[in-house]
Amino acid sequence: MSPNGSLEARYPGTAGPTGMLRRDAWWVEPLLTVLGLGGFVVYATWAGFQNAFYFVDPYLSPFYSPCLSSNCEHVSLPLIGRWWNLSPAFLVLWIPGGFRLTCYYYRKAYYRSFWWAPPACAVPDVRTGYSGETAFPLILQNIHRYFFYLATGVLVFLWWDALEAFRFPDGFGMGVGTLVLLVNAVLLSLYSVSCHSCRHLCGGRLDVLSKAPTRYKAWSLISKLNEHHMFYAWISLFGVAFADVYVRLVAMGVIRDIRFF
Amino acid sequence: MAASEYTMRIWRGDASGGAFCDYRVSVEPGMVVLDAIHRVQATQANDLAVRWNCKAGKCGSCSAEVNGRPRLTCMTRMELFPPGETITVTPMRTFPLIRDLVTDVSFNFGTAKQVPPFQPKPKEPDGTYRMQQEDIDRVQEFHKCIECFLCQNVCHVIRDHPEHKKHFAGPRMFVRYAALEMHPLDTDNRLELLKEKMGLELCNITKCCTEVCPESIHITDNAIIPLKERVVDAYYDPLARVFRKLTGTR
Repeated sequence: MSPNGSLEARYPGTAGPTGMLRRDAWWVEPLLTVLGLGGFVVYATWAGFQNAFYFVDPYLSPFYSPCLSSNCEHVSLPLIGRWWNLSPAFLVLWIPGGFRLTCYYYRKAYYRSFWWAPPACAVPDVRTGYSGETAFPLILQNIHRYFFYLATGVLVFLWWDALEAFRFPDGFGMGVGTLVLLVNAVLLSLYSVSCHSCRHLCGGRLDVLSKAPTRYKAWSLISKLNEHHMFYAWISLFGVAFADVYVRLVAMGVIRDIRFF
Repeated sequence: MAASEYTMRIWRGDASGGAFCDYRVSVEPGMVVLDAIHRVQATQANDLAVRWNCKAGKCGSCSAEVNGRPRLTCMTRMELFPPGETITVTPMRTFPLIRDLVTDVSFNFGTAKQVPPFQPKPKEPDGTYRMQQEDIDRVQEFHKCIECFLCQNVCHVIRDHPEHKKHFAGPRMFVRYAALEMHPLDTDNRLELLKEKMGLELCNITKCCTEVCPESIHITDNAIIPLKERVVDAYYDPLARVFRKLTGTR
């Protein structure tokens, strides 16, 4: 499989072989990424448009949290009035969406899988021209830290939702849904905290770490988490989708939430 | 264990062109690709050009591409490949070919010359420099680099788009910039140079440099991304700018 047949012109002066020589299954990783990321984007968009079955007391789907408009089934913070006729998911989904879109790990994933720049190491780029992240729109990747700030705010609400999931109409309790929302909040926290921008802001930007012992400890801890950022990125992606599916199926009456107590 | 037979498909040629030549070699257990190349050189092609030195993965001389993947040939064991397989060995693609498996890597020496040198702050009153281990830990990782230039070779910014060679330092040099920028005693600021002339923003962090590094340096996570974040601090983050003004920090 050669993504580019006109390689001769691409290596002027090198005089070595020009064809794509990798014989292993380099295409498996980009293919899995396309299926995983593409599947998530399609599902999240569909779920956002539904504007229904996102709340079943006491569970609120993470795709709709925080619920900011008054037309919400379960308002978290009534910032937007009843004039908002669209799905309340669209008021908030752009924040985690932007956070993941500008994330250093996901950039690698989609530049390879969707852009094919490059599809895999030592596999030629599809496009002949390349400007990296120097020009619009990719220069906007530099606002990743601002999405990190906003996503941290959303995360606070998701933790609040997880705690609220213990408060059933008949009093304190715990169901499978409580566990699902709790695990979702934990996974999203691990993903957010292990972020490269967070690592930089907490201490990475300092040259003399010994003079800021608290920031050094934070940086050291985040650096350890950061080594697994890709894992947290994927598992939190599946976790948040699963949480929405679970709440949706319970709200639709397809499955019954099991109460532990 | 008995010896196994392999076909070594090696690129033979120079700047004017070349072709693949196949050589059947017998390989004993424990041999690496460089051993097999040397056996070809000793028994069938005395004029085969191959650069090597330490044969221990520390000099960075024997970089080449084995079955299309950039590798140190001295650290690539023949057991990786099933007996009887044809193994393709080619020179590094990003650099001009001198002959057979030997390339001209002087591009890297040119970019190295452009790195502004270490500029230490004034010495302490007792005439010494002091720094703590936690200040230097992350920089020490960068000093493991053996300059094999596999990261420069695999980087698609110059591998697939050679027009960027004029203004792209490459992953190896970004490691060097990071070592200087993060050094607790250094006083120079190279961020403008990195942004405007060394092509830091051309890197789209696809991590191939990290994948091929024989010293397992986390080039992207520990050098390039922190440098990108420092560039964001300086050029793309108005809040950080206000914070720096208020606190009087750099």
